[in-house]
Amino acid sequence: MAYEGDEILDSVTSKEYEFGFTTNIETDKAPAGLNEDIIRLISSKKEEPEWLLEWRLDAFRQWLKMTEPEWAHVHYTKPDFQAISYYAAPKKRPKYNSIDEIDPELRRTMEKLGISLEEQKRLSGVAVDFVLDSVSVATSFKEKLAELGIIFCSMSEAVHEHPDLVRKYIGTVVPKSDNFYAALNSAVFTDGSFCYIPKGVRCPMELSTYFRINEAGTGQFERTLVIADEGAYVSYLEGCTAPQRDENQLHAAVVELVALDNAEIKYSTVQNWYPGDKDGKGGVFNFVTKRGLCEGINSKISWTQVETGSAITWKYPSCVLKGDNSIGEFYSVAVTNNAQQADTGTKMIHIGKNTSSTIISKGISAGSSQNSYRGLVQINPSADHARNFSQCDSLLMTDHCGAHTFPYIEVKNKTAKVEHEATTSKIGEDQIFYCLQRGLSEEKAISLIVNGYAKEVLNQLPMEFAVEAQKLLSISLEGSVG
Amino acid sequence: METTIVNHKSKFLAIAEQTKSSLISALPLVVSEAQTALENLDIPTSRHEEWKYTRTTKLQNERFSIQKSSTASIDYRPFEALRLVFVNGVYNASLSDHEKIDGLSIRFDEEIKEQTLIGFDIASSSNFFEALQRATSTSALHIQAEKGAVIEKPIHIVHLIDAAQTLATPSIFVKVHQSASLEINESFISSDATASGLTIRQLWAQVDKNARLEYNKMQDENDLSYQMCLEDIQLADDAYSNFNTLTLNGGWVRNDLRIALNGKNIESNLSGFYLPRNKQLIDNHTKVDHRYPHCVSNELYKGILFDQSTGVFNGKVYVRKDAQKTNAYQNNANIIAGDQAVMNTKPELEIYADDVKCSHGTTTGQLDESAMWYLRSRGIGVDAARRLLTSAFINDVISKISNQQVAEFVIADLTEKNLLYV
Repeated sequence: MAYEGDEILDSVTSKEYEFGFTTNIETDKAPAGLNEDIIRLISSKKEEPEWLLEWRLDAFRQWLKMTEPEWAHVHYTKPDFQAISYYAAPKKRPKYNSIDEIDPELRRTMEKLGISLEEQKRLSGVAVDFVLDSVSVATSFKEKLAELGIIFCSMSEAVHEHPDLVRKYIGTVVPKSDNFYAALNSAVFTDGSFCYIPKGVRCPMELSTYFRINEAGTGQFERTLVIADEGAYVSYLEGCTAPQRDENQLHAAVVELVALDNAEIKYSTVQNWYPGDKDGKGGVFNFVTKRGLCEGINSKISWTQVETGSAITWKYPSCVLKGDNSIGEFYSVAVTNNAQQADTGTKMIHIGKNTSSTIISKGISAGSSQNSYRGLVQINPSADHARNFSQCDSLLMTDHCGAHTFPYIEVKNKTAKVEHEATTSKIGEDQIFYCLQRGLSEEKAISLIVNGYAKEVLNQLPMEFAVEAQKLLSISLEGSVG
Repeated sequence: METTIVNHKSKFLAIAEQTKSSLISALPLVVSEAQTALENLDIPTSRHEEWKYTRTTKLQNERFSIQKSSTASIDYRPFEALRLVFVNGVYNASLSDHEKIDGLSIRFDEEIKEQTLIGFDIASSSNFFEALQRATSTSALHIQAEKGAVIEKPIHIVHLIDAAQTLATPSIFVKVHQSASLEINESFISSDATASGLTIRQLWAQVDKNARLEYNKMQDENDLSYQMCLEDIQLADDAYSNFNTLTLNGGWVRNDLRIALNGKNIESNLSGFYLPRNKQLIDNHTKVDHRYPHCVSNELYKGILFDQSTGVFNGKVYVRKDAQKTNAYQNNANIIAGDQAVMNTKPELEIYADDVKCSHGTTTGQLDESAMWYLRSRGIGVDAARRLLTSAFINDVISKISNQQVAEFVIADLTEKNLLYV
């Protein structure tokens, strides 16, 4: 495909403008450090209404009184929060003129993932007309969604165009003072996604941040809000399987989901951020607060995550099952290799009657990594006939990694039924032997076994995603046979 | 807020100060260390991970004091055994049996010499109550089975509390030498409904190469009592231990059981049940530490929670890097029978070795409806069916007791208390 350099770049930047992305401040960078003035600066740059500024300032004041959580089973040097610049335009990635200029290692990985050439170019920042394609794709999607009354835009845009909805729901699921990182995010969040599905609408396609052009430089402090009104359904995809060479060390995102009566939200994540090198140098700290509120009766929220990246993961996508008969689900595959550390799991808070939750967590540790499942199942006195089933399995690939399980189960209702089971083991020698005997290489055998092990979770992903995720698993574990 | 906490602590420090002169001479180092530790440690609150579900507020508001051992007679002999009696935390030789058994030696208080305690990890205290126990322990018992001695006669240690607001802090040392075999039963009882206080009992047990230890602990104090059992068990190569924690009654009970598998080819079994009612709280913390390869550990804890009671189970299985070929199983099952009863359970696996098979499971629920229906469809009444299922539920634990007389006593006691009925 031919491209005409500057012209296209111009049109792209102007498009971004159209979607509310403030490209004119691209050279703007706030001084390092965090104080009320910085927050005022962020808010004014984004031309936010007064209430949101107050909201941010309140979050900041509460954040000042908080300390970083230390209970997770991870060890790292704490980031210096005053050394970070909290306002910078999306980082400009190096632009390449042709695919050949891309780091060959990165390209190899992408090829293995089966990512198309065009896609590879887009992901690695090659300036091609594909970007234009993407814009048109996004635009046509937007039109289709608008017909149905679905709002899908950036958070900054939503603040201006749908202030009532934002104001009504923001911070209702993850309060400002929920935890250290959520408070920090509330104070300084720069952008994110906003999605509203109106009453009775079944979103016809998987909504993906991937198709939103202003998503190109994901911020450090994203804030996502998804609302499914009565009877609505939406499947939302976050992230992608391609390696993300993000330079930001600290990521503290907040995701809030609200499902009203009879609504259903399916939220899938594939996270493949830079995990640091083999010795554990560098890599992203992923400190995310994700929570869904099943507000209405018969509502359902389902989290599916495939976590392979980040040096440190601290993430507990949760469900608050407030409406009667509501359902919460959590399906997770977490892979850690080399020096990665993950402490991830979920919280299922049962409040309504006949609420049920399912937790399936599959941890895979390789290299010298540490992989922990940490989960809470809480059955409150009002949650008559609540039901939970949890299964947390861990697979160990080498003799110097660790796999840990820390489930907390609090039952305060006598009609509740809660079951939890966990196992830890390695791939059986007999299983490998069986595969080798049938002509598979050891690497292939392991990939096959691991995929089988994770299948219960991968099956929950939308199809194309699942295929990529499978490949991603194999790649993440390459050379990890111990 | 700050000042009240300090005050509660100073109350305990004052007791430690008072007891300084009457402490056992074999433990001077331990005591002085514990006294220092006591000053530096804080009373745990629910902010401490290990105390998340167990409040100490009520305990802190109480006033305790060390009581003298009274000479009250005691006719508590629920099964055949060599009886050793502590009254209010102080060993009472006149109430204890003195039968000589080949291969078995029993020492108490001044008879315990420093060298007999070599190998027991008594030096450091990691938490406030542990330090408090060491800093105030005025009485100790040392039980030893000699090399190759198979002690047929079970031992029965009875802890009787017969005064109000007693602080009882007995220490028990058990040493089972190579290829020896020993059974110890331990009962905690209150003389009547007015006896009260805080018992902190510390047990150090060493089971040497190829030795066996059967241990049944029966906690049956009254509703006013606070009880804490700290246990530190060390197992050597080829050793076997079977430790049962049977909580029949108690107002506030906390068990901290740590078992270290310090050798190869060890089998360790832990079991327990808890049946709290009214506003009782029963907390079981266990830690099974696999340090060497080729060991097996099993753990089974079951509970029925009545009324407004609270149950806590926190079992940790820790498999170190060198402990390859470990098989570790843990199971915790609970029935909530009371409208306001609460069960908090936290089974943990922390694993650093890869060639292992470790699993845990936990359930919290009610009697199985299909089992109920099965029994009822065969003409068994609701009450009888419930009794049958409850008995079966608890019997999984009782069947781990190897001494038949002890098992029968436990069943009789549960039946008398009407606890085998949900």
